[in-house]
Amino acid sequence: MTEQKKHIVLKTNNLSIGYRFKKEETIVATNINIELKQGELVGLVGANGIGKSTLLRTLTRVQPPLSGTVSIDSKLIDDYSSLDLAKSLSLVLTEHSFSKNLTVFELIALGRQPYTNWIGNLSNNDKSIVNQVMQQTSIETLQHKKCYELSDGQLQKVMIARALAQDTALIILDEPTTHLDMYHKAYILNLLKTLANDTKKTILFSSHEIDLAIQLCDKLIVMTDSQVISGTPEALISNGSFNTLFPEDLIVFDSNSGSFKVKK
Amino acid sequence: MLEAKTYRKQFAILTLVLCICFFVNIGLGSVSIPLKSIFSSLFGGTLDNESWQYIVRNYRLPKALVAIIVGSGLGISGLLMQTLFRNPLAGPFVLGISSGASLGVALVIMGASIFGGFLSTMLLSQWSLVIAASLGSFLVLLAVVTVSIRVRDTMAILIIGLMFGSITAAIVSVLSYFSSAEQLQQYIFWGFGSLGNLSWNELSVLFIIYLIGIGLSMYSIKRLNTLLLGENYAKSLGMNIQNSRLIIIIATSLLAGTITAFAGPIAFIGLAIPHLTRQVFKTSNHKILLPAVFLYGAIVMLICDSIAQLPMSDYTLPINAITSLIGAPVVIWLLVRQRKMMF
Repeated sequence: MTEQKKHIVLKTNNLSIGYRFKKEETIVATNINIELKQGELVGLVGANGIGKSTLLRTLTRVQPPLSGTVSIDSKLIDDYSSLDLAKSLSLVLTEHSFSKNLTVFELIALGRQPYTNWIGNLSNNDKSIVNQVMQQTSIETLQHKKCYELSDGQLQKVMIARALAQDTALIILDEPTTHLDMYHKAYILNLLKTLANDTKKTILFSSHEIDLAIQLCDKLIVMTDSQVISGTPEALISNGSFNTLFPEDLIVFDSNSGSFKVKK
Repeated sequence: MLEAKTYRKQFAILTLVLCICFFVNIGLGSVSIPLKSIFSSLFGGTLDNESWQYIVRNYRLPKALVAIIVGSGLGISGLLMQTLFRNPLAGPFVLGISSGASLGVALVIMGASIFGGFLSTMLLSQWSLVIAASLGSFLVLLAVVTVSIRVRDTMAILIIGLMFGSITAAIVSVLSYFSSAEQLQQYIFWGFGSLGNLSWNELSVLFIIYLIGIGLSMYSIKRLNTLLLGENYAKSLGMNIQNSRLIIIIATSLLAGTITAFAGPIAFIGLAIPHLTRQVFKTSNHKILLPAVFLYGAIVMLICDSIAQLPMSDYTLPINAITSLIGAPVVIWLLVRQRKMMF
């Protein structure tokens, strides 16, 4: 297995992101070159307002890039039909505005939509995949509960299970740990780590939990004002990338512990 | 689609209740006709009393069928709107469909004196109100769809629909100011709503458009279920949002627009029936909700109509008032019981 090179799932080429409004371009970040390989857990970190969401929106084809390209499985995302993209890329969003009247099973089964027939009947294969992802996220006991009965942590696991059920090579999560307590933050990120390992899916998430991300991720993408760089946590620590992450007047990065400390 | 639970028992009971309500509705009226005669005139037998046969075949039977079409059609369009706008307070009329229809009818009834001879001759035709109402709701719909192609936010469309409603209401009140008491009365009578007075010809036109609306709704079942996740998730599941939204809006306006054109504005059915259905069928799966709302809508409308004809008397109350009298308390009761409404 080791000699078989892990193939690249997501690749950007000289990507510039930002907004185009009436021919006027607002550039958020330029020169983004990232390569995410199969089975990697990748964290995207950066200060508030630095453009993490813009980057994720561009990677998921919600908004067009200013220049450069994004490809999934060496195919440009613009060349995908909506349905094919849904079979290659699944999302976990921050919004929780979906119908809470759905049961956990029903909600996860909606992840099978790209594969079901015109009226959405679940085949036996669909059902076994739903059961399998519930096992992987250990939420089988919740399957008949309504979503309004769940805690935030449980709900997040359900949304991750739904994305897994979509059976895509790449899963992108937008701040999956917001609103969770310390334990559940670690739990969710650790779950993502296990899933990336076991299912060989590539998982990319944005997060403010830098210390947890450093401990768990195979690769980190660090967004600062001047550049977007990616690498293993160790490499990024040693080249001092985290020092420029935030303004240095209040907190500083301590490379020994791999976390930020308040200046005293 | 979603789960194995099929609610067979509930569906069987509701179908039975629907049949009972249907025959009770036909059996009641200002002229009392024995049950036996009703059955024999319905199923092709001949009656000694020809006026009974005429009443049953040409008045009560079409009226009961219209009640089923109106109740189920408005209920289903309410369900579609609540899911599309992910708002429990949405009903078929939030898009301004009934305001459009009112405007059309108001123009024909009250505008005749203002616009002169051409329109007043048209008034003589029995179809004029239907055509005016359909045109009115269709034009408002066209405006909403045009806007919905440009505006991506569903909530904005909801508000635009309400604004169209305000504009048409304003035009109607200007028209009322300049019209005679008789014309006003005629307009108000249309506003009461009426299930009767439909000939078999009109009924068949209503039925055909109703079938198209129901067909489009059934075609949208999977999309509706996907929309339960919200538009962003739906898009990430490969659904074409603009396209689906258009189909759902067209289905709603075909159903609600035509029903309003033929039967007048019927309040609360579209809003209350989907919520009432969710009380028994505790699911959001449209494969179950759609037929359930059909049955509930038809049953409730038949009951409302039976009450409206005030059995054993010669009076008939306005159907629109009855549906409000029943519908509004139902919505209040649901809110008090659940503390929140879900879609």
